[in-house]
Amino acid sequence: MAYLDHAATTPMLAEALDAYVAAAREVGNASSLHAPGRRARRLVEESRERVAAALGARPSEVIFTGGGTESDNLAIKGMFWARRAADPRRTRVVASAVEHHAVLDAVQWLADHEGAEMTWLPVDGFGRVDIAALEAALDEYGDEVALVTTMWANNEVGTLQPVTGVARLAAERGIPYHTDAIQAVGQVPVDFAALGCAALTVTGHKLGGPVGVGALLLGREVACMPLLHGGGQERDVRSGTLDVPGIVAFAAAVEISTKGQPEYAARVAALRDELVDRVRAAVPDAIYNGDRDDRLPGNAHFSFPGCQGDALLLLLDVAGIACSTGSACSAGVAQPSHVVLAMGADEARARSTLRFTLGHTSTAAELDELVAALPGAVERARRAGAIKSARS
Amino acid sequence: MSGGVDSAVAAARAVDAGHDVTGVHLALARNPQAYRSGARGCCTLEDARDARRAADVIGIPYYVWDLADEFHAGVVADFVAEYAAGRTPNPCLRCNEKIKFAAVLDRALALGFEAVVTGHHARLEPAGRLRRSVDLAKDQSYVLGVLTATQLRHSLFPLGGSTKAEVRAEAARRGLAVAEKPDSHDICFIADGDTQAFLRRRLGDAPGDIVDGDGTVLGRHAGAYGYTVGQRRGLRLDRPAPDGRPRYVLSITPVSNTVTVGPAAALDVSTVYGDRPVWTAPDAVDCEVQLRAHGPTVPAEVRVTAGALTARLHRPARGVAAGQAIVAYQPDPAGDLVLGSATITATAG
Repeated sequence: MAYLDHAATTPMLAEALDAYVAAAREVGNASSLHAPGRRARRLVEESRERVAAALGARPSEVIFTGGGTESDNLAIKGMFWARRAADPRRTRVVASAVEHHAVLDAVQWLADHEGAEMTWLPVDGFGRVDIAALEAALDEYGDEVALVTTMWANNEVGTLQPVTGVARLAAERGIPYHTDAIQAVGQVPVDFAALGCAALTVTGHKLGGPVGVGALLLGREVACMPLLHGGGQERDVRSGTLDVPGIVAFAAAVEISTKGQPEYAARVAALRDELVDRVRAAVPDAIYNGDRDDRLPGNAHFSFPGCQGDALLLLLDVAGIACSTGSACSAGVAQPSHVVLAMGADEARARSTLRFTLGHTSTAAELDELVAALPGAVERARRAGAIKSARS
Repeated sequence: MSGGVDSAVAAARAVDAGHDVTGVHLALARNPQAYRSGARGCCTLEDARDARRAADVIGIPYYVWDLADEFHAGVVADFVAEYAAGRTPNPCLRCNEKIKFAAVLDRALALGFEAVVTGHHARLEPAGRLRRSVDLAKDQSYVLGVLTATQLRHSLFPLGGSTKAEVRAEAARRGLAVAEKPDSHDICFIADGDTQAFLRRRLGDAPGDIVDGDGTVLGRHAGAYGYTVGQRRGLRLDRPAPDGRPRYVLSITPVSNTVTVGPAAALDVSTVYGDRPVWTAPDAVDCEVQLRAHGPTVPAEVRVTAGALTARLHRPARGVAAGQAIVAYQPDPAGDLVLGSATITATAG
């Protein structure tokens, strides 16, 4: 068994799991006033401080949520509504074309239901946002931009984004900037205050914490309307009983993964480079997508000409290798990757992708398994692909 | 794996027989949004989820294969074109011919699989001979008669020796939640079951005359494609027949856009012509022929020549529509044996 899909979800760190189990044994609603409630509240606030310290934020800027999708939706919709309420002209959302669906679909929803205007920023051949296009868009629409949102690192091809440049351009014009840093935290240095953005999304299960808990770092002065109304927890921006075990485990994972990030990145990037070399030796015409150097340490993303990514996935699965096509699917039907299409590739290349992502449990033995199975899988997928193209 | 009970049990039996099985659900709707809105048929999210749960319970991998383009071209467009040409197609048969035992089988073989297993109710002997299911009410050999020897060599139908009731009981015993799921009857790509409306949306109004055998105009129609040979209901004729007896659709002529009607006796045919025969028996044989899905069989002498089939019926048959399949059977107490099939092109009285 080779698990090469850490960007989908990565195993929980032992410390996070222990922290989760210990907290889950206790009773106490963090909003209750009695002793068990105060103990729960203390765990939450200690966790908030740990997350804040690890990510360069103030504790009051940490809004715990139910994960990355919720944080993205809260930032985009909440900041859009708040900005429009303050000035009805501000109805434009500027986003990159390679965002995760949690951002893409939230922006599209605002366009479909709230009258938002959209500007999709193009990317270069590596999937990197075009800063000049952003500057031009902000110059043209400055007064009507509600917010800018671009990811820190792309979840499919792993390319690191020019977040510093985006943040500077937005800040110069007083426009709030949200970045989805789900794939970045623990992989590359992430500092909320140093970047100077308005909001930042992070989630637990990509960095060794549990699924279903994450945070939105939200600047103290940033106006954001809630999605969830109720008990007024989390600065009145996110109501709902606090998930104490999840939050404690999330904080442990954030702290450990950011503290150990330099060593982790060096080790995993070396393993990743070995994977890339061995895959290219095994399948010489494989196309390595994304930036060679400026990318997430654990990410290797390929197009295999003549193959369908989902056929390769099936064949590797049978061989005990878990990976991903990298792109979203609708009702289980593989779609061509919108990221690879935005990079200028044709549909065949966008459908022929496989993403291998390494993490804290990855070993060289897993690479052995991959390269043993890959050439045969590619050959079979090519035969199947040839039938498909002959028919169409 | 459609999400129904038959394919789930077929998959489980294939596993029990020692095969290395992967579950495949076919996504056939062109617009992925249709998965979210489709209410029934074989293309809904709910069916995909049922299929996935069945695969989980059986313990096999599960994948969705997108064959929407192939299905649209080979089945849906063909269905519409056949009606437009005055014929009555059988889309399930076409789906077997073009999708399940062609596009799916080809892809599966290329990927290293050996066969396609389906939940069809028919018996397939190791030698490749196809027989009716033991459950005659559920028998699907008619819609499989179009398969060639090569296709059958790479097919497995594990359910042919069981009745539907036995299959349902087995599904329940195996803990498959689809055990009580109702059978599907409608055409899967026509979610509301209204074939006429489906055709009207695609072919538009094409008003023309309804005539009798002499060419006398008896009424009007909104599109000849809305009629099937043997049809009696919904003719809405202006004038009653002189003999006061009901009229039936005898033929559809797209060139003149007319629908010809007449008395029941005029529906009798004694000769059936077909093309594209798939044939495994001698070139001339006395056998039984079936002329529509779930229809009765008729004794006949069938002759097959290159590219054509002629069946002389020993007693007349009614309601024989071009576009349907003629499937020939050798009666056999061990299960009627499929000799071959062809697509009906014409009939004679």
